[in-house]
Amino acid sequence: MSTLSQKPLAERRAPQRPAPARPVAPALSVRDVRISDRTAGREIVRGVSFTLAPGRTVGIVGESGSGKTLTCRAALGILPPHFEITGGSVEIEGRDIGGLTPAEWTALRGATISAVFQDPASYLNPSIPVGRQVAEVVRIKKGAGRREARRQALELLRAVHLRDPELVYSQYVFELSGGMLQRVLIAAAVAADPHILIADEATTALDVTVQAEILDLLADLRERTDLALVVVSHDLAVVAQLCDEVLVMRRGEVVEQGPTEEVLHRPRHAYTRLLIAEHEQYGLERFRTAEEDA
Amino acid sequence: MSRPVDPSDHDDAVDGATDGTAGPARPVLDVRDLHVHYGARRRRRPALRGVSLSVAPGETVGIIGETGSGKSTLARAALGLVRASAGSVLVDGEDVTSYGTRRWRALRRRGVIQYVFQDPLRSLDPDLSIGTSLAEPLLIGGAGREEAAARVREFLPRVRLDEDLLDRLPGELSGGQRQRVAVARALVTGPRLVILDEPVSALDSANRVQVLEILKDLRADGVALVFISHDLGSVAGVADRVAVLYRGELVEAGATREVITAPRHPYTRLLVGSAPTLRGAPADRAAREALRALLHT
Repeated sequence: MSTLSQKPLAERRAPQRPAPARPVAPALSVRDVRISDRTAGREIVRGVSFTLAPGRTVGIVGESGSGKTLTCRAALGILPPHFEITGGSVEIEGRDIGGLTPAEWTALRGATISAVFQDPASYLNPSIPVGRQVAEVVRIKKGAGRREARRQALELLRAVHLRDPELVYSQYVFELSGGMLQRVLIAAAVAADPHILIADEATTALDVTVQAEILDLLADLRERTDLALVVVSHDLAVVAQLCDEVLVMRRGEVVEQGPTEEVLHRPRHAYTRLLIAEHEQYGLERFRTAEEDA
Repeated sequence: MSRPVDPSDHDDAVDGATDGTAGPARPVLDVRDLHVHYGARRRRRPALRGVSLSVAPGETVGIIGETGSGKSTLARAALGLVRASAGSVLVDGEDVTSYGTRRWRALRRRGVIQYVFQDPLRSLDPDLSIGTSLAEPLLIGGAGREEAAARVREFLPRVRLDEDLLDRLPGELSGGQRQRVAVARALVTGPRLVILDEPVSALDSANRVQVLEILKDLRADGVALVFISHDLGSVAGVADRVAVLYRGELVEAGATREVITAPRHPYTRLLVGSAPTLRGAPADRAAREALRALLHT
C-alpha cells in the first residue's frame, strides 16, 4: 500500500503540513477489499487498498463499471442487494465495519462518514423546502431543537456559499439549479460534522464553472474542518486537482496507485497513460503547454 | 465530397464579414444582431440578446456556453426551429429569418444545413435499420435507391463504422456508434453547414475522442461546422475560432488559442480558470472567487 504524497502540485491539493509527532490515526482504511455479486457468483471489485488521514484526500478514477462506486458504497455500508464484501476489511476511525449492526451504521453515517452523489435532486424530497430537510438532519443527528436546527441549517447553507441562505431555505427542489442543489446536499452531508466525506461523481453533471465552485468548496471544508475526502470521478483532472493520492481503477482492479504527482508525471499503466493522453489532446493542456514553452 | 459553389446562385450582397473574421468567402452561416425571446407579455424573457456570428466555408466555430447561456436557442434559431424577435439569420447567403415551416423544410430537404444533437437515440428512428436511416436523407434529396445505398456504404469508413451495422437497429448499437451514425446521417448529403449541439457530451472519453477525430477530418472537405458545447476542452480540440455565450450575449470571440490563453471577459476568464487540467496551475481559488463576485454584481 502506498502512503500519501508529501508534495502538493495544484493549490487545491491539501496544504503541506509538518509531520505530526505521532502518527495520526487514519480516518478511513481500506485493505484489499473484494466485492462480489452473489447472484452472478462473480467478484466485481478485486482488491482495493488505501489509507486516508484526516485533512487528506484520496481520489478514485475510472470509467463506469470499474468498481469505484461499489468500493465507496461498501465503505458506507450501502452495497446494493446481492452484493457483499467477500474479502479484505474496511476500518472507519479504527473500527472494523464487518460486525456493525444496522443501528450502529445509522449512528456512524452522517456523524462520522457521509457522502454526496451525482444527481442531487434525487436525494431530496421534492415536496419539502430544502432548508427544512437540512434542519431535519441537524435535529436527528445532533439532537437540536427546532429553532436551533433552523439556525444551524442556515449557517450550513451559508457555509456552502449559497448566496441567499434565507431564501434558499424556503425553496423547493424544482426552484434550484443543479449546482445549488449539490450545495444543499453537501450542507446536509456535513450537517452532523462528519470526519469523512465521499464525493462520488458529485460534480459530473454540473457546468465547469459550477464544478469548480463545488471543488473549491470541498477544498475549503477540508481546510476548515480537517475533513478526510474521497473524491470519485471518471475525470482524472478533477481527481488530480483535489487529491494527494490517486487510484486508477479498471474492471474492478486498481491498475495504478500512488501520489498524484507521480501518477501524472510517471504513469506506469497503459490505461493511465491513455487517460492522460486524451486530456493532452482534447483538453486545455495543449494550450497551457504551448504557453509555458513560449 | 463535392461542394459546388456557384456565385450566381444567390444575389445577396457579400457583407457578412462584418466582424472581420469570415475572410473573403461568403459565410455559410451569418447571424446578425439576433434577438430571441421566450414567453409572452410579463413572462417574456430574452434568450439571445444581439448575437452576431459568421461562419465561413470549411471553418469550424465553437460556441461555448453553460446552462442558460442561450447556446441551444442559437442552434435552434440557425435551424429555423425558433423565431427571431429581431435581427437576421442567413444560411448560405439566403435570408431565412422570416421563413415559415414550409420554406424551412424545403431548405433542410436540399441538405444544405444539417444538425446533430446530444442524444442520438432521439434523432434516429428506433424502428428503422441504420442503413435505412442513413439512406433516407439521400432519398429525400432525390437520389435513387441504388445510388443512396452505394453512397452510404462509401461513407461508412469515414465515420469508423462497419458495414455489418447497416442491418441493425439503433437500440442494438453502443452510444458511441449511435452518435457516429447520427454524424454520418447529417453528413451523407454533403451539407455546407452542420450544427452540432453537444455532440460528445453524452459519450465516454474513448468515444468522445473518436467523434472529435471524425469532426476534424471533415474540415478538410470544406464543410462548415458549428460546434456548440459547454465543454471548452472538447471544443478547443477542433474549433478554429470560439465564441463565448453568457446569459444570451456573445461576450467574447476570437481564435481558439487566443481566447484560451488570453481570455479578456471575466466570464471567459472564470471558464478557463475553472477547467480541470492535469498540469499547470489552474487559476487559484481566490482569483476564481474574485471573478465570481465580479460577475454577480
